[in-house]
Amino acid sequence: MSAQELAAAIRAGERSARDVLDEHLATIEAREPQIHAFNLVLADEARAAAEAIDRRVAAGEDPGPLAGVPVALKDNLCTRGTPTTCSSRILEGWCPPYDATVVERLRAAGAVIVGKTNLDEFAMGSSTENSAFGPTRNPHDETRVPGGSSGGSAAAVAAGFVPVALGSDTGGSIRQPAALCGVVGVKPTYGLVSRYGLVAFASSLDQIGPLTTTVADAALVLEVIAGHDPRDSTSIPEPVPALSAVLDHGVEGLRIGVVSELLGQGVAADVVARVHAAADALARAGATVEPVSVPAVTYGLSAYYLIAPAEASSNLARYDGVRYGPRVDAATTGEMMTATRTRGFGAEVKRRIMLGTYALSAGYYDAYYGKALRVRTLIGRDFAAAYEHHDLLLSPTSPTTAFPLGDKTADPLSMYLSDVCTIPSNLAGHPAVSVPFGTGADGLPVGVQLLAPALHEATLLRAAAVLELAREEAS
Amino acid sequence: MTTITSATTGREWEYVIGLEVHCELATATKLFCACPNEFGAEPNTNVCPVCLGLPGSLPVLNRRAVELAMRLGRALHCTVEPSVFARKNYFYPDMPKDYQISQYDRPTNVDGWLELADGTRVGIERAHIEEDTGKSTHVGGGGRIHEAGYSLVDYNRAGVPLVEIVSRPDLRSPDQAKAYVSELRGVLLATGASDAKMEEGSLRVDANVSVRPVGETSFGTRCEIKNLNSLRSLGRAIEYEARRQIDLLESGERVVQETRHWDEEGGRTRSGRSKEEAEDYRYFQEPDLVPLVPDPAWIAAIDESMPLLPADRRARLAEVVGGPSAAATAIAIAVERGLDGLALQAIAAGGDPGRVLTHVEHDLAVDGAERLDPASLAALVQMEVDGQLTATQAKQVLAEMIETGSDPGAIALARGFEAMDTAELEVVVDELIAAHPGEWDEFVSGDDKRRGKLTGFFVGQVMKATKGKADGKVVTRLLEDRRAGSN
Repeated sequence: MSAQELAAAIRAGERSARDVLDEHLATIEAREPQIHAFNLVLADEARAAAEAIDRRVAAGEDPGPLAGVPVALKDNLCTRGTPTTCSSRILEGWCPPYDATVVERLRAAGAVIVGKTNLDEFAMGSSTENSAFGPTRNPHDETRVPGGSSGGSAAAVAAGFVPVALGSDTGGSIRQPAALCGVVGVKPTYGLVSRYGLVAFASSLDQIGPLTTTVADAALVLEVIAGHDPRDSTSIPEPVPALSAVLDHGVEGLRIGVVSELLGQGVAADVVARVHAAADALARAGATVEPVSVPAVTYGLSAYYLIAPAEASSNLARYDGVRYGPRVDAATTGEMMTATRTRGFGAEVKRRIMLGTYALSAGYYDAYYGKALRVRTLIGRDFAAAYEHHDLLLSPTSPTTAFPLGDKTADPLSMYLSDVCTIPSNLAGHPAVSVPFGTGADGLPVGVQLLAPALHEATLLRAAAVLELAREEAS
Repeated sequence: MTTITSATTGREWEYVIGLEVHCELATATKLFCACPNEFGAEPNTNVCPVCLGLPGSLPVLNRRAVELAMRLGRALHCTVEPSVFARKNYFYPDMPKDYQISQYDRPTNVDGWLELADGTRVGIERAHIEEDTGKSTHVGGGGRIHEAGYSLVDYNRAGVPLVEIVSRPDLRSPDQAKAYVSELRGVLLATGASDAKMEEGSLRVDANVSVRPVGETSFGTRCEIKNLNSLRSLGRAIEYEARRQIDLLESGERVVQETRHWDEEGGRTRSGRSKEEAEDYRYFQEPDLVPLVPDPAWIAAIDESMPLLPADRRARLAEVVGGPSAAATAIAIAVERGLDGLALQAIAAGGDPGRVLTHVEHDLAVDGAERLDPASLAALVQMEVDGQLTATQAKQVLAEMIETGSDPGAIALARGFEAMDTAELEVVVDELIAAHPGEWDEFVSGDDKRRGKLTGFFVGQVMKATKGKADGKVVTRLLEDRRAGSN
């Protein structure tokens, strides 16, 4: 059942939130040991929350649009009094004294928080193999990765543990695992969803979004978590967009461009085939679909791997053993910090801290970070040009279907290529969605990506709903 | 020009000094959160996730801090520019995020100047906004971090709003550097930007010092002396550092650009860190904050609400005194001590300007002087003019006036500095009113200013008639009684 259907049934008193939760907890109990989607399952707290929802329904109150819906949170979202680890040793034992804004809003909408999901350490990775607590496995094939970094959230939804999970997307970390796990994943416009309480990886790129089984659920959750937050200065002071109400408006008359540069080398032929099938489906639904060139997107990966590590090197400086987390004692403060960080951080995090520190250092700033910022501007400009003639853009989400565990861990650069299609919209701050659209030659899910200009979530999800319908009719 | 003559070579050297003054902005809350900005609270009680830099927390800029920084900037004749916050990255245990949010290449206030009491204009390069760090206390090992048994960190100060005012290297002597800080302090107080208390650390000075042979126009290599927290230390540290540099240069060595610390007890500066540890702060734009673009209407409103600044107040007093040259020092002191208002009112009440300023300069450097009644001060001065009190007696009377709030006549009487009884005085007053009908008419019908002057006139006449024995304040009261009666 979708979140929308569950909430409707619970609000109508047809089902109890407690029963719904117990069914999901039973599914978790049965399969979580193999999947390892969660860092922490909060069964007792979730039961108390579900019972509170049932009491409110019984009392004739409306507990909100997500009444009784079990939700999982990526473990880089702060939860008051509950460990928030970012799948890193360096945050072991740390319980935030506050809830992230999105968590507050979910609770206020009646959602039941079921647990904290696994991720690549500090959201750095594309396979969830960089977790200090071990990898998550893809529910469609347990020998394969679920994608990353929100692999735990994607797997939790795909395995039926929860109908809704939140992830964070810095370069594709919601959409790529959504594609690999066969679920819907949305990265909203930068600033539409408050980042307050999201443990920062790369602040200018990070955005929180939903992973769901249906487009309608994604719209519903986005309506709940979006909206201005005075605690986040980059939060956009606009009213929450109406999304659920416009989902059935179709794509008649929309102009959709298929990004040529993202169908090139490195993208598997069966993935390209699914993108063309999606293009056909959109055309059949009344959209004008044609190829479009967005040249600067080819530089996205290079710019991203300078900007994101640069910000990360600064954001992760606070994990120094002084205030929280484990400390390794040493003779001097500097040695203590070095020893603590050496032990606390995993290899990928260290790699990016070093990359970012180098990119920002006095002698290299202009050659690397400064140039990356200029590329970022260029990407925004090329997107703007494309959007003069197109309402939406279409591309693959991931160049391949889910790859085997361990396949790319020895080669960071090949891993980085997993995000080549998703990164440009983070650099531009634009919204994007990955919708499951059939399977590849290996029978594993393929996701296609739709991109839109800033704050055009409604158009984006309308088109996603058309693809979802076309997929159902085809199967 | 202040120069330093080398004892060994006899060569003349010149100071080149630029100052970086950090001061706390007088806001109710911190720069990026709603925690109280207060001095002296229990350690780690004024803290929250934001100022502790906890994972997931985000800064939100305090509008009042920006307003105060802009007020200061405008008072320093700076241009207020659209600005951007940056991260200054370095590791330190009392810095919660291990980066400091500051303004780097695009500060709020740029390119102004500050006029010192002697008329010198010192260029202001910038006045930018930044957050303070916490405070470490190293317990044991003489308070040094590497020898301490353990360290305590208080984050109450972390996130306190600071403005850093960077002067151009326009200062040419330790005294001028001190005068600059005093003047800046005056501007900070006048604008309400800061309480500027050096003793509480809300105003700290770093001095960039270099030397060059007199006549040389290019700059020498400078050293930065950190955290000077009194004017005395500032002057001594600059003087020591300049001599150290001269000794180096004269013996054929080079000055190494570095940070140095002032050792108050030893009376010397010490090297702070070695060259190979030179910091690279890896500045980049703070992605959690948006650029700060003040509305021109906001800047205009600030300009309109700008109070009289010390330089304006000196000019105003100088105008009343009549020509600044002779009384320049006294005027500067009056403004610095915040006694210019008192002096102006006392002069308006008929007090002789020269004598009023003399008292301000020499006798009023005490607590409570600002509460002195201007009319009483005028009356006291008149008693001196009339020869009723000697300078020494006047000093004693003045001290008691500040202490007790009594009027000078009463004090003089009590101390046996001869005075008259009121009935006797009334006769004299009435005679004088009769003798000066024109002045009296004007006194009765004139405006406040005119009446002030004529009060002085009548008090003066009474003093003359009584050979200074009359109590000026009583005379003033009698005059007012008569005026009320004749209306």
